[in-house]
Amino acid sequence: MTATAQRSHSLQTPDSHSAVQAELHPEKASAHVRFSQLGKVYEGQQGPVAALQGIDLDIQRGEVFGIIGRSGAGKSSLIRTINRLEQPSSGRVLIDQIDIAAFNEDKLVELRRRIGMIFQHFNLMSAKTVWQNVELPLKVAKVPKAQRQRKVAELLELVGLQDKHHAYPAQLSGGQKQRVGIARALVHDPAILLCDEATSALDPETTQSILGLLRQINQRLGLTIILITHEMAVIREICDRVVVLEQGRIVEQGPVWQVFGDPRHEVSKTLLAPLQHALPDDLQARLQPQPSASHPSVVLDLQFTGGNGSEPDLSALFNAFGGRVSLLHGGVERIQGRALGHLLLAVAHSPLSVDELLIRARKQAQHAKVLGYVA
Amino acid sequence: MWLDRLWQGVIDTFLMVGVSSLIALILGIPLAVILVTSGKGGIFEAPNVNRVLGAFVNIFRSVPFLILMVALIPFTRLIVGTTYGVWAAVVPLTIAATPFFARIAEVSLREVDHGLIEAAQAMGCRRWHIVWHVLLPEALPGIVGGFTITLVTMINSSAMAGAIGAGGLGDIAYRYGYQRFDTQVMLTVIVLLVILVAVIQLGGDRLALRLNKR
Repeated sequence: MTATAQRSHSLQTPDSHSAVQAELHPEKASAHVRFSQLGKVYEGQQGPVAALQGIDLDIQRGEVFGIIGRSGAGKSSLIRTINRLEQPSSGRVLIDQIDIAAFNEDKLVELRRRIGMIFQHFNLMSAKTVWQNVELPLKVAKVPKAQRQRKVAELLELVGLQDKHHAYPAQLSGGQKQRVGIARALVHDPAILLCDEATSALDPETTQSILGLLRQINQRLGLTIILITHEMAVIREICDRVVVLEQGRIVEQGPVWQVFGDPRHEVSKTLLAPLQHALPDDLQARLQPQPSASHPSVVLDLQFTGGNGSEPDLSALFNAFGGRVSLLHGGVERIQGRALGHLLLAVAHSPLSVDELLIRARKQAQHAKVLGYVA
Repeated sequence: MWLDRLWQGVIDTFLMVGVSSLIALILGIPLAVILVTSGKGGIFEAPNVNRVLGAFVNIFRSVPFLILMVALIPFTRLIVGTTYGVWAAVVPLTIAATPFFARIAEVSLREVDHGLIEAAQAMGCRRWHIVWHVLLPEALPGIVGGFTITLVTMINSSAMAGAIGAGGLGDIAYRYGYQRFDTQVMLTVIVLLVILVAVIQLGGDRLALRLNKR
């Protein structure tokens, strides 16, 4: 995208605040947030560093969209271009079809009031009470006092902190702090909620409750949630779609079940590893690469990607294999209504050849391979 | 007789320290805000303003008070019409106190977590909102602590001003204690100063602690 093209586009953006407001609620909803050939270059100590390169992405209205990657992959930069806490070096960010690059301070303030944001370290004002923290966005927007009081009380109730109005952030637990952060982010009834590693500083139980709250907010208020995380478990819990970011580029994207059931890129596989049933050490030790009289049973790894929408049919598998089939290891989980996972089966005394077993296995499972032979 | 003088000395010291510190407070906070926000990556980024102001502050901070006082004599005469007495001392005291306090306040403002500024921007705060609703309230305990240090330092400096004819407790200690070897007056002045500093320090610490909600 050249500078002139950017300029000519910016001329089409409306000038008055009311126009911005109106454009943020178009009758026809297509992509809510669109990145187009987005790039970001930082001036590093050893020359320029590309934090984001050629990002093309559509995020639909009302979906929970996950961005995952290892640290330094560019997640933070990407999510911050949506409310322009980060200025892209090239490309465009369109929110409801409006390029936000040319916004002046007035329009930017207007935009940011339509986009809530929560943070890993909560970023609450330590000198203000819970109430004052949630009230602040309304106060700076000059909302009348009566209206402010109604809104703040309503939101503190939504996040379950109605008894903490006068507490200071230092007196709250991590989960409670994030709830204040959520209430503060929602106080202007935003259309989009950005979550920057919102649960990364929380323990697993609190993470679950915060994710539950976000899911509930998404369903009740219908707002678009865009979150970044380095934990696949967070993606599995609440996201509809996910992109995997690596070195500033999108390396994989799709519905969550698809990326979980059949990850294509190495980075996705690495990120998924903690959630998967790795081969236990004792089994690994017993595996032999070649069959022998002492190790006659073949170990098959069957992968179900959820792609055909059906559940693993065990009886069909056993019938197809013949012989004695035992389940060594594995598990199936349901994501977005699809069953996916791995099963490790040992097949003994089968009349079929290994190749024939694999052919038959692949009729049931999406992927199948031989891991080795056991006694 | 000397008790009357002592009382006058206390009042003069209060006047000198109070007026100069008050002006330092009023000028120093905006100066500190400009120093912090005009720096690289600041919300009112203006590197040239930052450099000029920073240099200005450093120059006044590096000149010892006694020399500053003497060097400023023509300026003082221009402002108050005399170089003698309490009001003549207020001029160099203010000029020394303002950059001193501004630097301490600057440190407190700089320590405000950048995440809070980012959160404020994300919620739709204008830049002035960030100064008023985030930077200043969050830095307030540190600013109060810094003002306490400024007050104590100004008591110190005012005694020096007293020695060259500004009045106040320093003047009395110098004339009675040093020139006439009147130990009683000397000791009384010392006790008064110790009490004064202790009360200021204690009050400042208490206030800073009460304001600190972290």
